[in-house]
Amino acid sequence: MSTAAEHLHHDEHHDHKPSGIKRWLYTTNHKDIGTLYLWFAFIMFLIGGAMAMVIRAELFQPGLQLVDPNFFNQMTTVHGLIMVFGAVMPAFTGLANWMVPLMIGAPDMALPRMNNWSFWILPFAFLILLSSLFLEGGGPNFGWTFYAPLSTTYSNDSTALFVFSVHIMGISSIMGAINVIVTIFNMRAPGMTWMKMPLFVWTWLITAFLLIAVMPVLAGAVTMVLTDKFFGTSFFDAAGGGDPVLFQHIFWFFGHPEVYIMILPAFGIISQIVPTFSRKPLFGYASMVYATASIALLSFIVWAHHMFTTGMPVAAELFFMFATMLISVPTGVKVFNWVATMWRGAITFEIPMLFSLAFIVLFTIGGFSGLMLAITPVDFQYHDTYFVVAHFHYVLVTGAVFSIMAAVYYWLPKWCGKMYDLGLAKWHFWCSLISVNVLFFPMHFVGLAGMPRRIPDYALQFADFNKWISIGGFAFGLSQLIFLALLIKACRKQGEAATDRVWEGAEGLEWEIPSPAPYHTFETPPVVK
Amino acid sequence: MAQNPPNNGRLVIKLVAVVLGMFGFGFALVPLYDVFCDVTGINGKTNPFAATYEVQDIDTSRTITVEFITRTNTGMPWEFAARTRQVQVHPGELKTVEFTVHNPTAKNIVGQAIPSVSPGTAALYLNKTECFCFNQQPLLAGESAVMPMQFYVDPQLPADIEIFTLSYTFYDVTETSSTVAMNRG
Repeated sequence: MSTAAEHLHHDEHHDHKPSGIKRWLYTTNHKDIGTLYLWFAFIMFLIGGAMAMVIRAELFQPGLQLVDPNFFNQMTTVHGLIMVFGAVMPAFTGLANWMVPLMIGAPDMALPRMNNWSFWILPFAFLILLSSLFLEGGGPNFGWTFYAPLSTTYSNDSTALFVFSVHIMGISSIMGAINVIVTIFNMRAPGMTWMKMPLFVWTWLITAFLLIAVMPVLAGAVTMVLTDKFFGTSFFDAAGGGDPVLFQHIFWFFGHPEVYIMILPAFGIISQIVPTFSRKPLFGYASMVYATASIALLSFIVWAHHMFTTGMPVAAELFFMFATMLISVPTGVKVFNWVATMWRGAITFEIPMLFSLAFIVLFTIGGFSGLMLAITPVDFQYHDTYFVVAHFHYVLVTGAVFSIMAAVYYWLPKWCGKMYDLGLAKWHFWCSLISVNVLFFPMHFVGLAGMPRRIPDYALQFADFNKWISIGGFAFGLSQLIFLALLIKACRKQGEAATDRVWEGAEGLEWEIPSPAPYHTFETPPVVK
Repeated sequence: MAQNPPNNGRLVIKLVAVVLGMFGFGFALVPLYDVFCDVTGINGKTNPFAATYEVQDIDTSRTITVEFITRTNTGMPWEFAARTRQVQVHPGELKTVEFTVHNPTAKNIVGQAIPSVSPGTAALYLNKTECFCFNQQPLLAGESAVMPMQFYVDPQLPADIEIFTLSYTFYDVTETSSTVAMNRG
């Protein structure tokens, strides 16, 4: 058996790898591709963050001072697109590439060459999207949700570039998802049964199914926008018999599962980290798996809660309201399970644990504001205000992004073989935690008071809060440069050597291999008892 | 790909089939949406084809108020108004109302009127035997026209609806309209 396995991996068996750029261009190694994804996501995070800085600088004071409104709209649009498709999703894919094979005892991803391709088309997608900003008339300015007729009748010709870049992003994440599914189905080590899989693997498996179910619908939506704009079709044009509200139905049929695509892997990460630093097994493992699956299934029947103000009949509004509220049940199961895991545990507060605790508290705040938004009658007040902005930044920044940072701190010693710089890490965590709340918490207040989102100017009574929000924004942006410095240090192999297990309470196959993880691992599958 | 277990290919084919199926489903949502709205009448779209009026009992016990709203889409320069803002009809009674439209510009324009009814369910019971919205309407530069609309309300109209609004929006479709329409003008 072992000789057969060695023979199978004969062509990848040599330890030395091509040097220089060719190593990264031609690589089919899951660790290399994971690293590429993670660095790409981090660069996109900084670019999208720079756009957020432009937005916050303009909103520092009432009135129009720094940028013209059209450019402001391009910034809100491209900031959203980059953070969703360029930062959060590739970061999770990178973590899946690095960790899923290690966690299930597989030598690599199931489809390594497709893996290479699914990463390397991504930079081109964002090159196309970002280059559209420099064209005459500017890039997309209709919001990341590209509602028709804004993206059809009223957009400029660079919309074609937007459409093609979304196509490429979609193809990339669909290929990534197929790879994850095939790997988990076919390459688990002997004895790694379904209900023994680490939760990060489970949540990613379910996320991958969501991806292959809804990314094609997004591809269809952008294709319809393309043909409506350039080829005279009338999918969303009322004059030709179409319906602009139909666009919102198709978009949010993709869009709501998409928000779970960006949070389910985060749940998986937190479910790995909390038991490690509580020195207790995860409370309610099976219920975590079922809760994740329930959230994924429910995500398909709640899309119209984004559309309460489109004039839906009351019966439909009630249905989508209650279905949405139902999601808080499995989500609550998860939060309570994490709390129960910590209950009477021997807790220590290493950086990954600090980020995880911040995640649990702050994500729950975002969950509660989501429940408020789900209540149809009050949503008419909150709709398209900064309250919505506060809500989705709590779940996506202090939720998804904090979980990614937690994951990086948790697994970085395994990747690089060196502990991260503890001083920098502490500065990064505390600066981020404080500034992110200065940034997003007051948005609840200005939103409830009626400040609309996506507008470069605002009424004078919002001036004080916006000043604080902008200060929080700049501070949060600068805090990420500490993270950059820390990552560069770690990649240069500076710092004290990490042990194989790294963390005292760590459990799982990824901690059985040496630190740093060798280029090839589990060529003979481990036996899981 | 020789090193892969043999069943990878089968699984990949199944997953790709799901992807293609969901891509198709996205497009299938377009007709499904129309069918769903037709059946439930929830988006206030009226029948785009003329109904035929058969003489029937007029339910004089009920009086329905029908209001008319006219607007033009952004970029459509026509002046468009309803001669009667509202009419009272008994269910089953045939009624004609008139709209005036004027092209104040120096160019020929083809317009398309799109109706919408609120509350949406009333659309299922509004039968138009004649409407300017059934066809594209060409207007020469500076031309004016009176456009009639003839309708009756189905006596099956739910009892809780005593008043409904019919809105027309004129869109500029000059660029996409068939040349026949322009030549006729």
